[in-house]
Amino acid sequence: MKKIAALTAFATIFAFGSASAQQVAVKVGVLTDMSSLYADVTGPGSFLAARMAAADFMKDHPDVKVEVLSGDHQNKADVGSQIANQWYDVGGVDMIIDVPNSGVALAIAEVTRQKNKVFIGSGPASSDLTGPKCSPNTVHWTYDTWMLANGTGKAIVKTGGDTWFFLTSDYAFGHALERDTSAVVEANGGKVLGKVRHPLNTNDFSSFLLQAQSSKAKVIGLANAGGDTINSIKQAAEFGIVKGGQNLAGLLVFASDINALGLPTAQGLIFTETWYWDLNDASRAWTKRWHAERNATGKVPTMNMAGVYAGTLHYLKAVAALKSDADGRAVVAQMKKMPTDDPLFGKGEIRADGRKLHPAYLFEVKKPEESKYPGDFYKVRATIPANEAFRPLKDGGCPLVSG
Amino acid sequence: MHKLAEPTMRRETRLADRSEAIAFVVMLVFVAAAPFFAYPLFLMQVLCFALFACAFNLLIGYVGLLSFGHALYFGWASYVSAHAAKVWGLTPELAILAGTVAAAVLGLLAGSLAIRRQGIYFAMITLALAQMMFFFALQVKFTGGEDGIQAVPRGRLFGLIDLADTMTMYVVVVAIFLAGFLFIHRVIHSPFGEVLKAIRENEARAISLGYKTDRYKLVAFVLSATLVGVAGATKAIVLQLASLTDVNWPMSGEVVLMTLVGGLGTIFGPVVGAFVILTMQYKLAPVGEWVLVIQGVIFVACVLLFRRGIVGEIAARLRIRL
Repeated sequence: MKKIAALTAFATIFAFGSASAQQVAVKVGVLTDMSSLYADVTGPGSFLAARMAAADFMKDHPDVKVEVLSGDHQNKADVGSQIANQWYDVGGVDMIIDVPNSGVALAIAEVTRQKNKVFIGSGPASSDLTGPKCSPNTVHWTYDTWMLANGTGKAIVKTGGDTWFFLTSDYAFGHALERDTSAVVEANGGKVLGKVRHPLNTNDFSSFLLQAQSSKAKVIGLANAGGDTINSIKQAAEFGIVKGGQNLAGLLVFASDINALGLPTAQGLIFTETWYWDLNDASRAWTKRWHAERNATGKVPTMNMAGVYAGTLHYLKAVAALKSDADGRAVVAQMKKMPTDDPLFGKGEIRADGRKLHPAYLFEVKKPEESKYPGDFYKVRATIPANEAFRPLKDGGCPLVSG
Repeated sequence: MHKLAEPTMRRETRLADRSEAIAFVVMLVFVAAAPFFAYPLFLMQVLCFALFACAFNLLIGYVGLLSFGHALYFGWASYVSAHAAKVWGLTPELAILAGTVAAAVLGLLAGSLAIRRQGIYFAMITLALAQMMFFFALQVKFTGGEDGIQAVPRGRLFGLIDLADTMTMYVVVVAIFLAGFLFIHRVIHSPFGEVLKAIRENEARAISLGYKTDRYKLVAFVLSATLVGVAGATKAIVLQLASLTDVNWPMSGEVVLMTLVGGLGTIFGPVVGAFVILTMQYKLAPVGEWVLVIQGVIFVACVLLFRRGIVGEIAARLRIRL
């Protein structure tokens, strides 16, 4: 910590000494999934969010010139790291933001560390980014697997959902989510009655859902993502699981998923997110602008896009404070030093391991008759304060913290 | 007859040698000059894929065996070399060797099963085995599942030369590629290669001439898998990552595409094909998944319009061998 502080001080002095009042040009690259399974959750909406942040920032700081470009990593780590390498080496990009898909994000974090630039993860879930694989060049903004498991697991057990059955996607991400949530459930006095693993990208969940139904567990935890979550929720509705008195808990659900499912199917689903467009006036005003510029009917902004906006804004503030974007490590240190404040996530901070802290919310999907206007999806069941929402600093195993 | 035929043949071989030599020099100049114009990391990837396609071409172009599971050797070699470099801390040349050996062993196992069948059955068996190993890669711990193996150190070649420098790495990759390329060239023009071509033209006749064709086919299969392994293992060191993309079946399809676009059964074809396809993917990356659609259209156009591939057509026009 001392080392970082000293480095920041040095970099600040150096920056102030050399660059006075001259224009700073910043290039931000939104590396995301533009066309495949995460395109609705991030994709073009994230790109727009970054452009909005750049426009807002330049209004207040005419001496900083911000350019935003986008790239499609096609959910392949090698495509992603190649784009990142090229952006840093020849494209003049200073910061990469978003990057859904944890596998790609881990690769980008590594490239960014080598080239001493800045990576702000809004789309990726893996809590390893601020754990064993944390880096002085990474900030993890919106959410992570620990927060999802903890938020949803704890809140549901406390509100009476004390017996669980897991429907788990059979690969590392699903296993991690299931493991973390089980631990939370048991630590809070709940019981895990059983689990079943399904292959990735499954169309037929009937046998898995029947097992879940016959387990008589009060809560069925969906440790999967994207299309698998949507399919399992749809088919659970066909089996009348929610009507039969069991609750579904989605461990990774986005507003766009609810939009795709429709309220009649998704009603009653409980899950955790860190941002919802209808939370407060500032978010609503932002969403109105987003809609106007996105110009696509039937889309809703997700928490990832909000994270891209807020992350870009905070990065630019740090660059403006340093008057330089050359040293990625110094910029991240500056970002950690300055408290965050933006219209979407409110006031918050970035921890030494790169974790951005803000409150999380436990949402329940409204019944169709409760929904008053388009996009009116959630009611807030509980607010988890920022200091409880994320993994305690000492449990992450981040080498930056111990050293 | 004999007196007439022999000098003509010799002249033809000499001509062929000369055209190949010229093409080789052109390629050398290109490879040497390219890093000053294009992005070196991209070029290294092209070279890895070029070697991959050349090795694949050895099997389909010269033995006539269409394997649809070559991603198996490419991907697993990259996993093993990445693991060796990262976890075991081996130097890059040993890591690449480890990956190559793994690919050879896998090639021997898959090959000895697959060569018992011909045509579509052969292709299906290779595909099935490759998919089996894909799911294995998805599940086992050491591959990191969908995260892949990240942050593979490039290390020091022979413990001396630091490969973190891009140009040094480029020179090493060029050396590996040229060695593989020349080895394939040697194999094709050896008596062994002649037998392979005989099997391609008419296997029954080759058997009647007393050749144990299964053995030849197996050796060719293992050779191909091994060289694919070299390419995969090198790629893992270059890109410093091994991921599921390289073991999945679209990768097997991509190498077929590269070889076909460049020219099946021509020695330079796969190199050109790899360059064309990767450049396309690279330039078209902004349009995302549309790349696949465009690739499909090119594939169809290639099969309909110039069936011999780019290099094959040029060679046929100029009546030379390339």
